[in-house]
Amino acid sequence: MVNYVWLGMIVFGILVAGANGQVEVVTRAALEGADKAVKTSLNLIAIITFWLGIMKLAEAAGLVRALARLVRPVTRFLFPGVPPNHPAMGAIIMNLSANILGLGNAATPMGLIAMQELQKLNRGDPRTATSAMCTFLALNTSCITLIPTTIIGIRVMYGSTDPTAIVGTTIFATACGMTVAVIVDRMLRIFYGRQG
Amino acid sequence: MYELINEISRWAIPLTLLLVPLIAMLRGVSVFETFVEGAAEGFTTAIKTIPYLVAMLVAISIFRASGAMEVLVHVLSPILDPLGFPPEVLPHAVMRPLSGGAALGIATDLIATHGPDSFIGRLVSTMQGSTDTTFYVLTLYFGSVGITRYRYAIISGLAADLTSLVASVFIVNQLFR
Repeated sequence: MVNYVWLGMIVFGILVAGANGQVEVVTRAALEGADKAVKTSLNLIAIITFWLGIMKLAEAAGLVRALARLVRPVTRFLFPGVPPNHPAMGAIIMNLSANILGLGNAATPMGLIAMQELQKLNRGDPRTATSAMCTFLALNTSCITLIPTTIIGIRVMYGSTDPTAIVGTTIFATACGMTVAVIVDRMLRIFYGRQG
Repeated sequence: MYELINEISRWAIPLTLLLVPLIAMLRGVSVFETFVEGAAEGFTTAIKTIPYLVAMLVAISIFRASGAMEVLVHVLSPILDPLGFPPEVLPHAVMRPLSGGAALGIATDLIATHGPDSFIGRLVSTMQGSTDTTFYVLTLYFGSVGITRYRYAIISGLAADLTSLVASVFIVNQLFR
């Protein structure tokens, strides 16, 4: 799937650029994209290094395990393939909590830990995603948001009389998205067969 | 309600930074060494994501700069116009799963042009807050552990984005039209 999407964007992009008679923009765009990717990863080093240090402490102190035990009924339904006491469970929960609170830059490192832990449970091909990983990513990208911090800031900046008017609509929209994510994920999980 | 939530998010991280090391110390963990051990893993994780992000961002960048984005918007607009979905907002909807920064740029521009309290301003604010940069998240998370076959993750991610989008249009039409 990702192979087709990726190739499709490049091929279609170059064809359109050619048809517009400005195929040379492709070269610059490609290099700019690469440049942005490396800069993003380098920027991530600081925050990921920091949060993974904190997470390791939380794990060693037994806090992650306690948190996982608390929400076990929900996670048992969503992640039937992940043992309830596994560190993956704790990391998933921390990631989703950070997403809900709109703490975007704390969510990413915890999400990366969750992926690493889920990869340890991957009994099949290490290059192929497990069902638990797909469920986790579906939840992650669709997660309910209580405070869309960035956009509220922009609304304030442009003189909104009611900057938080969109909090309710955002909660509604993300709740719908998350519900569909769970349903679609469960259907596709059956369709694609159980792999971890 | 919003004040309370705002206060929670202000305190969440400082409290975590206070309590986690403190509790760890009380449980007999050697806090400094454990932190460094975790941080070392973080460093390798960040570096490992570089090739994956380069691959994805190059494709997205070509797709945008070439004008292919506009073509896609043009093809989609006759379908979406009758649904109470203003064509001005369409570029944002198409861009959102591909690039968080670019989508935020479009949202900011629309808010500046039409006003934050206009119908378009509220719709694009809701969309920006409720959908996610699905391709970026997938590439980053899968890349960090070397997964190259995503199976159905893109389908469920985009299905969720599309639902949030439709739900945003519906609820904003209901409340603010």
